[in-house]
Amino acid sequence: MKITTEEVKNVAKLARLELAEEEVEPLTEQLDKILNYIEKLNEAETLGVEPTTHAISITNAFRGDEISKSLNQKAALANGPVQNGEFFEVPKVI
Amino acid sequence: MELYSLSIHELKNILAGRKASAVEVTRSVLDRIDKVEDKINAFITVNRDNALKQAEEADLLLSENNGGPLCGIPVSLKDVLCTKGIRTTAGSSMLELFIPPYNATVVEKLQKAGAVIVGKVAMDEFAMGSTSENCAYGIPKNPWNQDYICGGSSGGSAASVAACECIASLGSDTGGSIRQPASHCGVVGMKPTYGRVSRFGLIAFASSLDQIGPFTRNVTDCAHMMNAICGYDNRDSTSVNRDTPDYLGKLTNGLKGMKVGIPKEYFGEGLDHEVEQTVLEGINALKKAGAETIEISLPHTGYAVAAYYIIAPAEASSNLARYDGVKYGFRDKDAKSLVEMYEKTRYKGFGAEVKRRIIIGTYALSSGYYDAYYKKASQVRTLIIKDFHNAFQKCDILASPVTPAPAWRIGEMSDDPLGMYLSDILTLSANLAGIPGISVPCGVSKAGLPIGIQLQASHFEEEKLLRAAYNLEQRINIPEIPEI
Repeated sequence: MKITTEEVKNVAKLARLELAEEEVEPLTEQLDKILNYIEKLNEAETLGVEPTTHAISITNAFRGDEISKSLNQKAALANGPVQNGEFFEVPKVI
Repeated sequence: MELYSLSIHELKNILAGRKASAVEVTRSVLDRIDKVEDKINAFITVNRDNALKQAEEADLLLSENNGGPLCGIPVSLKDVLCTKGIRTTAGSSMLELFIPPYNATVVEKLQKAGAVIVGKVAMDEFAMGSTSENCAYGIPKNPWNQDYICGGSSGGSAASVAACECIASLGSDTGGSIRQPASHCGVVGMKPTYGRVSRFGLIAFASSLDQIGPFTRNVTDCAHMMNAICGYDNRDSTSVNRDTPDYLGKLTNGLKGMKVGIPKEYFGEGLDHEVEQTVLEGINALKKAGAETIEISLPHTGYAVAAYYIIAPAEASSNLARYDGVKYGFRDKDAKSLVEMYEKTRYKGFGAEVKRRIIIGTYALSSGYYDAYYKKASQVRTLIIKDFHNAFQKCDILASPVTPAPAWRIGEMSDDPLGMYLSDILTLSANLAGIPGISVPCGVSKAGLPIGIQLQASHFEEEKLLRAAYNLEQRINIPEIPEI
């Protein structure tokens, strides 16, 4: 196995994603299949090849440091699932 | 002829000559939606009242001879494009109640050109999928046979155009999500060069791969839509500052002197016989229009799926971290602690495929695995780009199938994510390389399902693609509109 149920649970935790107990095993099997397929990458000779993260090379997309119109508070909060008109509210952190 | 069945260029003449009003055109499309939507299920939200209001405004502008180039043309939008005041779900329960406070740049551009937005259409959740079956709001159906998938992830766009529930649509393409459903539904679908169209207001899946593009019922209409949506935008830092040509300009020129490369790796094992025959006929049509053909090799094609299914999930796992139940979208309100709220919100808000990709992406980026997966995939990406670079030294465009097989039955691949990923093999490379591609209807299978041909070109060479596609279209005679 390339990936174990324990690893899947751990990665889900890193991704802040709860998984139902019955989801873990089928998911592990699927991921194992996928990762085994991805092993194929090791057949490609990449010694000294630079990685690409963006296909079109653009550098320094600067714009002027000017104040422009942005969302007002009401519009910015409007989609908040829990908000009090001034802030987004979340469960107690500390 | 019903108004809803006409093309942009036909409707422009009718509207300019006042032979029909924009309201009549929009009504015709809305009536069509009422008539066929039960069977097709392309829409998540129909923008009925607003659309009629926009059409009235279009009529006013038309009466003053002041309408933009798409004035009064009804369009649908993949529900991944933010529309101010109109719910935008990305096909996910996570965004069931999300009403964007702004428009995507492409939406602004379409509105400025006078287009009427008739609604938001179905898609795989967060654009992850090849069938649109991963849509939280029901599965859109293939208008040519409703037992079959319409493709994905922009399935609703392709289906709504094919079924005449709009005149044109915008979708997004991260690994083939415009070209593949266009092929399955018998419409034209174009993925422009990365950076040609602003991604501002496109809900992100994999930011280095995502690109917005049009769906239309013919190539001329595709050029009309490209004219409306392309161009630099300082709100997207990957937008390329470069002049946009008039895509209608050279459309009807012949293909004399054009070299068409046939990538041999795209005709390999596993290619459906009918698809192969259809594409070869398409290539013959290009020859008849004056093009020469040459065999080309893209030797790293076989690694595209593996590289893509690391890179795209890696970017997705990062992009989708924003769905935390705080600023917008669904929240599980019973959770006691902050971490529990994140975990439960994401557990309940995301569907299975999205979770799968978040986990693959998080795994590939996690410490200890980064070099083996993400870095390796990014190096292979460089090799794939070099393949294209070498190919375009020898030819102007590449012609190939879009998909290894025609559309399959709904449900047939639901339990086989890897099988589904492998079906994307012929479209992923264009996204990894950032090059433009187009799918053009080329034939119909014995089972009555459309088959497209894919044309790809070097960066910013959309003009060549559209010209080749136009010439092809003139020589291929297939029905444009299915009986529903």
